[in-house]
Amino acid sequence: MSQPAERKDLETTKKMKSVMGKYFMELEQGAQQGRKTAWCTSVGPAELLRALGFNVYFPENHGAMLGASRMASDLIPLANARGFSPDICSYLTSDIGSYLKGDTPLKKMGMSGPPRPDVLVYNTNQCRDVKDWFQFYAREFGVPCLGVHTPRSIGEMDEAMIEYVAAQIEALVPDLEKVAGQKLDPDKLREIVASSRRCTELWKAVLLTAASVPSPLTFFDGTIQMGPAVVLRGHGDAIAYYEMLLAELKQRIVDGTAAVPGERFRVYWEGMPIWGKLRDLSTQFADLQTCVVASTYCNSWVFEDLNPDDPYRSMARAYSRLFICRSDDQKEQYIQDVVAAYKADGIVYHDAKTCPNNSNNRYQMPLRIQEKLGKPYLVIHGDLNDLRLYSEEQTRTNVQAFVEQLAQG
Amino acid sequence: MVYCGIDIGASTAKLVLLDEGGQVVARALRRSGVDYAGAAEQNLAEALAAAGLRREDVARTVSTGYGRDNVPFADSQMTEIACHGYGAWSQFRRRITVIDIGAQDSKIIHMDDRGRRVRFMMNRKCAAGTGAFIEEIALRLALDVSELNALAERSTSQTTLSSFCTVFAATEILSKIRMGEKAEDIVRGAFRSVVKRILEMDAVEGELVMTGGVAAHNPCLVALMGEAFGRPVLVPPYPQYAGALGAALFAKETVSQ
Repeated sequence: MSQPAERKDLETTKKMKSVMGKYFMELEQGAQQGRKTAWCTSVGPAELLRALGFNVYFPENHGAMLGASRMASDLIPLANARGFSPDICSYLTSDIGSYLKGDTPLKKMGMSGPPRPDVLVYNTNQCRDVKDWFQFYAREFGVPCLGVHTPRSIGEMDEAMIEYVAAQIEALVPDLEKVAGQKLDPDKLREIVASSRRCTELWKAVLLTAASVPSPLTFFDGTIQMGPAVVLRGHGDAIAYYEMLLAELKQRIVDGTAAVPGERFRVYWEGMPIWGKLRDLSTQFADLQTCVVASTYCNSWVFEDLNPDDPYRSMARAYSRLFICRSDDQKEQYIQDVVAAYKADGIVYHDAKTCPNNSNNRYQMPLRIQEKLGKPYLVIHGDLNDLRLYSEEQTRTNVQAFVEQLAQG
Repeated sequence: MVYCGIDIGASTAKLVLLDEGGQVVARALRRSGVDYAGAAEQNLAEALAAAGLRREDVARTVSTGYGRDNVPFADSQMTEIACHGYGAWSQFRRRITVIDIGAQDSKIIHMDDRGRRVRFMMNRKCAAGTGAFIEEIALRLALDVSELNALAERSTSQTTLSSFCTVFAATEILSKIRMGEKAEDIVRGAFRSVVKRILEMDAVEGELVMTGGVAAHNPCLVALMGEAFGRPVLVPPYPQYAGALGAALFAKETVSQ
């Protein structure tokens, strides 16, 4: 195998620090500036909260930071010792461990810690754990915890289901208005939904650049680049960031600049990132001249249903179309479509021990998809944050063996 | 010229030299220890001496196994999955499913009739069903691993260790000892437990071939594996060297290309 050329970093990433830094600073100064803070699940009704003037903080983003900084390994046991099982979501256990210890990577962002919530708002479209997680903090801080209960394993999206979820989102308004101390301005909501929609269109376009051969972007880049799409959707800063990033990626395509120099193979990643091992895995795949071009995870923040003319129902539709709460039939079709669109040669499934909802290898899906597509797959056993559940050597060998298999043709 | 394949496993380092005709001219095996590079060097020196060859006679070396990146004289590395699969297939040259039980991991590798890997499975992050499990059992029973097979052969018991986890299995053994169970029945039960772990890893097709140190030293376990899968299990000569053989074959093929 020839020695791959050196990888080039994306220039736009340099702006990330200031975009995210500004967001965290606003969170830190919220209370002094008389702004209320809402904690929201990553696919919760953030638009509604922004329209009501809340600063919006996402504990899952904090969970990912705890994983990426590898602080999680020391913090998870603290939550375990307080009755949270090591088998449940390790975002939850890392984050609660962080709270119990008073230690957080946010300190490096100039914050004293997560901003104190005035209200917590969840959507169970992802899992039940987010609700349990938020209810813990509601008890700790003595603030209300509100939520939307989305059906799971959704097949076709029917209107009755959309109405059911939309009604729940709308029903949050009176309680949220009480906490916010202001009435909801419907025009403001429409404006925020439009802004979120624009953010989502740009984020999708960013991801789609990876359909080019060679790809200008990897999944590992995507996990970093998605920050603004998660925490700043509905905010102008995210739009400005992605316009810049998209321009850079388009230029890469024109110049033929590959994210993985010498790209030989293209892979789809199904499941959560292994946050504490992003760099190792990114390096290993790059050394094997294999680009992880697409993922369920990064694509999960694409909400094309958002429509400013019909905010509640379009939010309901967007947040219920989410991969994680769909039926296996829908998920299989989705993966097949994305594999085709991105011209992937094989699929890597990450079985995240503490995240059953994001581990789609457990009900025979890899075998079914392999039968349909005839493409090889690999299952990696690990976790999003709990590195005690990850075997470095086994993963390294499995990934290398998988690429050897792709090389067989 | 000869071609060298070296498999540095978690427990032992194996080396095979092949001649131009693909015949094995020498083998060497020693414990991997803590100095993988040293074990590799010693194996190479021993094999070259046995074959009456010099270092410059080695055209290419491929390393594999847990310590594949620690062999200074290797020209390239391949995974043990590729090498065990191909090494085993080369001795049968038809569609087979290879079960390799090594010290640290167990693998099921599906090979097609042309020697191409169809798919593979490796154990999870757990020692159940590996050589390490068997070593732990020997330790608990104060036996040498080399004594286990003969003991298990003697047993007619249907007992199985039910624990999934190696550590809990050791506890279970202690309770069986307390209850007065015979060592031979406990060992056979431990073998059955290994077989059960493999059985649940993957479905198998075609003929079954076992490689690795566990198959080399424990024909009783091989027989139990055949019983469990309901088909005969083939074991090539020198099953422990299958990975090194595969690596040597890859070295030879790279040069011929």
